[in-house]
Parts: sequence; C-alpha cells; structure tokens
Amino acid sequence: MLYFGRLKTALIVGVCILGALLCLPNVLPAPAPWFPWRQVHLGLDLRGGSYLLLQVDLDAVRKERLDALVDSARQTLSGKYRLLALQGGDHVVVALRDPAQAQAATDALRTLATGSTANGAPEFDIAPQPDGTLWLTLNNAALQARASAAVQQSIEIVRRRIDSTGVLDPQITRQGDSRIVVQLPGVDDPNRIKTLIGTTAKMTFQLVDETANPNAPPPPGDAVLPMDNDPNAKVVVSRRVEVDGADLTDASPGQDSRTGDWVVNFVFNSNGTRRFADVSTANVGHRFAIVLDNKVLTAPVIREPITGGRGQISGTFTPQGATDLATLLRAGALPAPLTVVEERTVGPELGADSIRAGAIALAAGFLLVVGFMATFYGLFGWFANIALLFNLIMMLAVLSLLEATLTLPGMAGILLTLGMAVDANILIFERIREETRNDRKPVAAMENGFRRAYSTIIDSNVTALLAHVMLFVFGSGPVRGFAVTITVGIVTTLFTATVVARLLMVRWYAARRPALLPV
Amino acid sequence: MFLRPMFRLVPDGTRIKFMRGRFAGLAVSAVLSLSSLGLFFYPGLNLGIDFKGGIVMQVRTPGPADYGKIRAALSDHGVPAAGLQRFGDAREVLISLDRQPTEAGTEQTVARVRAALDQAEPGTVVERNEAVGASVSDELFRNGLLALGISLLMILVYIWFRFEWQFAVGAVVTLLLDVTKAVGFLVVTRIQFDLVMVAAILTIIGYSTNDKVVVYDRVRENLRKYKSMPLRDLIDFSINETLNRTLGTSMTVFLASLPLALFGGASLSGFAWVMLFGIVVGTSSSIFIAAPILLFLGENRLRRDAQAPVRSVIKPAR
Repeated sequence: MLYFGRLKTALIVGVCILGALLCLPNVLPAPAPWFPWRQVHLGLDLRGGSYLLLQVDLDAVRKERLDALVDSARQTLSGKYRLLALQGGDHVVVALRDPAQAQAATDALRTLATGSTANGAPEFDIAPQPDGTLWLTLNNAALQARASAAVQQSIEIVRRRIDSTGVLDPQITRQGDSRIVVQLPGVDDPNRIKTLIGTTAKMTFQLVDETANPNAPPPPGDAVLPMDNDPNAKVVVSRRVEVDGADLTDASPGQDSRTGDWVVNFVFNSNGTRRFADVSTANVGHRFAIVLDNKVLTAPVIREPITGGRGQISGTFTPQGATDLATLLRAGALPAPLTVVEERTVGPELGADSIRAGAIALAAGFLLVVGFMATFYGLFGWFANIALLFNLIMMLAVLSLLEATLTLPGMAGILLTLGMAVDANILIFERIREETRNDRKPVAAMENGFRRAYSTIIDSNVTALLAHVMLFVFGSGPVRGFAVTITVGIVTTLFTATVVARLLMVRWYAARRPALLPV
Repeated sequence: MFLRPMFRLVPDGTRIKFMRGRFAGLAVSAVLSLSSLGLFFYPGLNLGIDFKGGIVMQVRTPGPADYGKIRAALSDHGVPAAGLQRFGDAREVLISLDRQPTEAGTEQTVARVRAALDQAEPGTVVERNEAVGASVSDELFRNGLLALGISLLMILVYIWFRFEWQFAVGAVVTLLLDVTKAVGFLVVTRIQFDLVMVAAILTIIGYSTNDKVVVYDRVRENLRKYKSMPLRDLIDFSINETLNRTLGTSMTVFLASLPLALFGGASLSGFAWVMLFGIVVGTSSSIFIAAPILLFLGENRLRRDAQAPVRSVIKPAR
C-alpha cells in the first residue's frame, strides 16, 4: 500500500491536474464555440426563474379518438347502420340495419382499424355482442402510442410557443408518461407564458346553421357554441370542420386599414386554400364561424368566394391579444389540453441571496473542518486538508463534466461532503496511531493503518451512497441536486481521501524517514 | 509543535463500561422515540407545500413587516385564510394559502395577494411563488416515503451481506429509532416538513449507518482476535478503541453543518438544524443503542471462528 510506482504517481497527479482543468469552464469563457466547454449550471432556485410542471390531459386524447372513431365508422358504414353511438364512455356501439351484412361491416371496420396506424396493428377491437350489435373498443397499446405521441407533440408546440416569447435558454423536457417540465431561467412572472401554454389553440372554420334556434337543443350534426367576447351569446354551427388551423402556414397581428381595430391575418397552405375556396364559393351569402377552443371568435357573412388563401380574424382584440393569438396559431394547436400542476418561481434577488448565504456557509464550513483536522491531527491533518481541497476540485470537475445543475440543497450537499470526506482520513489516522501504540515501526504502522481502515471506509461509504442514490431516484427538483452532489462527493472522496492523501504521506515519509510518526 | 496533533478528543486507553448503561440508554431512547411517535400523530408534522399542496409566497416588504396591516388587507381582498410567518429577517414574510380547486383559482388568489400587499405595504417584492397541485403533492409524499423505506431495506441487506444478521438488525432498528426522533424534533420545532427534510433524514440515515459501521467493524475484528472474551466486554472494548474515530467523524460533520444552520439562509437552516440534531442522535445511538442491541442479539450466537464471516470482499490494491 505504501509503494507508488512512477507511472502510478504520474497517473494520480495527472488526474488531479485534469480535475483542476475541468473546473476552468466555470470561471473562463469558452476559447472557441466548437470547443467542448462543459460547466455546472445554476438551478432556478439560485439564478432565479420559473419552473412549471404541466400535465397533459390524456383523457381528452382518448375522448377525441373515440369521437373520431364515431365519425370514421359513420363514414365507413355510410347509411347501413340503425344505431351508431358512443356508449358508456369507452366504446362505440353499432347496430346494423341488415344483420346479414355483419361480416361485410366487420371487414370494412377492420380495414379502418388497421388503416390509420403505422405498424398495421389495429387501433380498435371489434367485438360482436349476443344482441347482434358490434362494440368497437379502443386498443390500449394503440391508445398509449397516441398518448405518447401527444405528449411529444405537446413538447414541440410548447417549445415553439415559448421560443416566440424570447425567453433565453428555456428547457422543456418530458417527465413520466404524461407530464412536461418547463424551466424558464430569469422569468419571475410566468403568467403570460402560463396563459400561452394553457391555451389549446385548436382553430376550426365551421359553417353557421342559420336555421337553428341557439336556445333550443341543436339538431343532429350541429353544436351550440358561445361567442368568445360574450359567453351569453350563442351561435349554432355545423359540427363538420371545413378547414382547420393545421392548414395555416402563417399568422400575424395587424390593424384593420379601415377601422384601426386589431386583427390577426393568416395564410393557408395549398390544401387549406383549396378547401376554403370551395366552401366559400358554395356558401356565398351564408355565415361561417372561426372557432377557437370551442368558442366562436367571429362569424362573418361570406360576401364573395375567397380563393387567395388569405384571411383575417377580427374580434375585440387588444394588441397583446392579437399578438398572442398569432403566436398560438403559428405554433399550432396542442393535441390535448395542458394544465399547470406545479409552479415554483424564484426572483433574481432571492437567488442571489441564496448564493451568497451558501457561499458563506461553504467557506465557514471548509475553514472549520480544516481547523479541526489541523488541531487534532497535526501534519497528517494538513495532508487530509490538501486532499480535501482536491476533493472540492474533483467534485466540481465531475459536476461540470456531467453538466449538473447546482441547487441550494446541492450546496448543502457539498458542505456535508466536506464534513464526511475527512471521515475516511480520520479512520486511517486513528488506525495508524493504534498501530504505532502497538509498537509497530512507522512503515508497518502506515501500511496496516491504510489496509485495515479500507474495508471500514468502503462499508461506511457504500451505505451512505445507497441512501442518496434512492433520493436521486425518487426525489425531484432541487432535492435531486442535493443527491447528485453528495453522490459525486462520496465517489471523489474515495479517491482523494485514500489515494491522494496516501500519496502525500508516502512522499513525505520517503523524504524525511522519521523514526516516529506524528500521530 | 506544528507537526504533532495539538489535542486529543479522548485520551487513549479509556476503559469506559458503556454496556452498563445499556438499559438506561435503550429506555431513554424508547421513551424519546415513543413520544416522538405520539407527536407524529398529534399535533403532527408541519407539512410544507411539497406534501400538502397549496400556495406559498415569500415576499420582502420595504420596511419591517406589519403583520396586522397585511392580515387586514388580505381579508379585505378576500383571502382571509392566509397563514403569515416571519421567514428569516423582519422584512421577509412567508404567506401560505390552501390548495385552490382550479388552476384559474390559484392564479386569482395569487393576484389578490399581490393586490393586498400593494395596499398594505407598497413596494413589496414577491421573491418566491410556489403552487403545488394535489396530484403532485400526493406523489411527492409517496416518493419521499418510498425513498426512505427502500434505503432502509438496502442498508439492511448490505450490512447483512457484509456482516451478520445480528449486525444488520441492530443497525436498522437503531436507524428507525434515530429517524423517529428526528421526526419528533421536526414536530417540536415546527420546522416545515418538505422534500428537503426527506433529504435531511436520508442523510442522517446514511451518516448514522456510517457511524455504526465503524463500531461494528471493530467488533467484528475483535471477535476474531479475542475468541474467549465475553461479548459484553468485547463490545465495551471495541467502543473504547473507536471512541476517537466515532467522535472525530461526528465532529467534522457537525462543524460542516453548523455554518449552514447559522448563515445558510432561512430555507436551509431548517435542514441544517435537523442535520445537527441527527448527528448528535446518530453518534450517541451508535454507542448506547446499536451496541446493546448487538449484545442482546449476539450473546452466544455470533460466530467467532476466523473463516466463517467473510473478512472483506474488497482486496486492497497493491
């Protein structure tokens, strides 16, 4: 244990130097943009910012799939059914007019089921019932794939929407099956962003049914929707979506040249242009409604066919409202509604205060531990202190390499690591002292001290490691930062407290050859 | 001289009969842990926002906060149920509100609090604003408990694997006693129990185990060295031998945590105080609880032949 070959010594010194070099990115700017320059990031609790946890409403995804299933089944079986409706909230029931066509209908539906999925697995199962009806039930695996795609798509859209607000460096990541984490550094009032994210922004163009009474139950195929600017005013529209927001290529806020009111101008893609032209040509003189999230924004009369693929949404917009709606339309509709289930916002002042408090505590803790080791272990204590300094450097190096996030609890973790790191040295020194008291020669005492203390050090650190790995697995947010720093700290401790401190002691012994160890 | 240690924590060659105090130690520990358990049910932990859900706003008033004025303004603005609490210095106020049924409700409530503050203490800055929904807080609580439970289980298995079952049971029972006392401490001090506290308790578990392992390791070694020494004397002897280490390692962690408690800011000082308490409890329990349990469980049972327990699976590198 006491012999360090040249190669080994060089390796240990090399690792220490490398550690110090890896810390540099935290204090110096990158020499060139392409140069790998990894550094520790400050958590939102230290730099200030907003953390939002969003829940994707997967029930809505399911419901939408079921509604779509009703529609497509209706088209597939055009007129051959007596009854076709959503039943019990989880399946579509179909009763055919002519029981003899059951096989043909099942075949047609089966083609429908496999038609829309990528891998050819059916999207829904068809089960004939004893009473002659067919039950169509959404397949769980397919539903999960849809849900997963919905979450993925939501992340994309949320990113586009947030990018448009100019927030620097936002982080949008998936968490679990149905959640999205949004981290917005430097944002101390996230209300506008929450509104942007919370809007589904599903826009559709539907014809208004002028013959129906808005205060009576709507005729089949129609729906009663409230006006956006006045929830008491109702409009009856056809359920059929003529064109939808997905066919927009651009949207921008503007002012109407005649009235000066704020409007949103939009441009359709070729598909949207063609369909909008067809619908407007066939319905001159009628009203159509622009519907956003089941509210009618405006319902103007079509005066002439609109074939240019451009249009304007007027309403009662504020400048901000028009800008936001344009942003939402450009980014596209969310596949499912999002709700904010957790929000944590820290102002920049509090973050700065926390950094200051953490730094003071860190410095004071470091000095106290160093003082303790010097007082109670003398020269060997100073070796441990040098090792402790390298421990800090190695910790920072590993955290930089991992590009870990330093949080306030993470700073506490560094501090605790300082206290626990010298633990290993104390174990070794006490062991050497005992061996010396048992009249061993210095070399044998050091040799035995290191060897015997080793298994204790491993046992005690592995148990601490277990607890903190669990904290990392089950913890969230800043507490994870704590688990990361302590876990990294335990690993670097094993290197510095045993290897580095041992090298220092061995070198010292080789140079001085004292007859008695200073323990 | 600079080279030599200036002091020793404990003089060498102490022969303190710790095991004489084993019944007293266990009794005191049992009473403390049982009353902590009682405190856990009544009045119960002061659950923080992580586990209770709701809204917390930390605000800084321009001058020392006038709680009466803020409270009156809050009830004027329709948020009478707000809890006000001093947080750190006299200008920092923590406002806690119950969970709102909807997201819109949460936003409205926050807006109302802001308006009330503008009226009562113009110039107040909202420094921190947190809102946690019901589904999230339940999940965080469950995950916190899971982390605690699984850690204890893994420590049990690890010590069992590395030592013998008597050691493992002794350690885990002691850890449970330590944890219940930490919970009692949290109830008495009314420190908010949140995710950071789970981290504190897990750190105490890790640290306390560490401490137990030091003593156990020596007991295991001495079992092989002194085959005829009665277990009681052997445990006493082992504790005395490792006393400097046990106290030394506790001191360093204690010293590292102390500045955190004193200058770490309001949000970390709770964590640090729990740590300090845990270090004291964990150190004393290594001597007065874990060792006696080992004595009760291991008397005439622990194997003393050299080859039976695996000495060490880690081969020291040469």
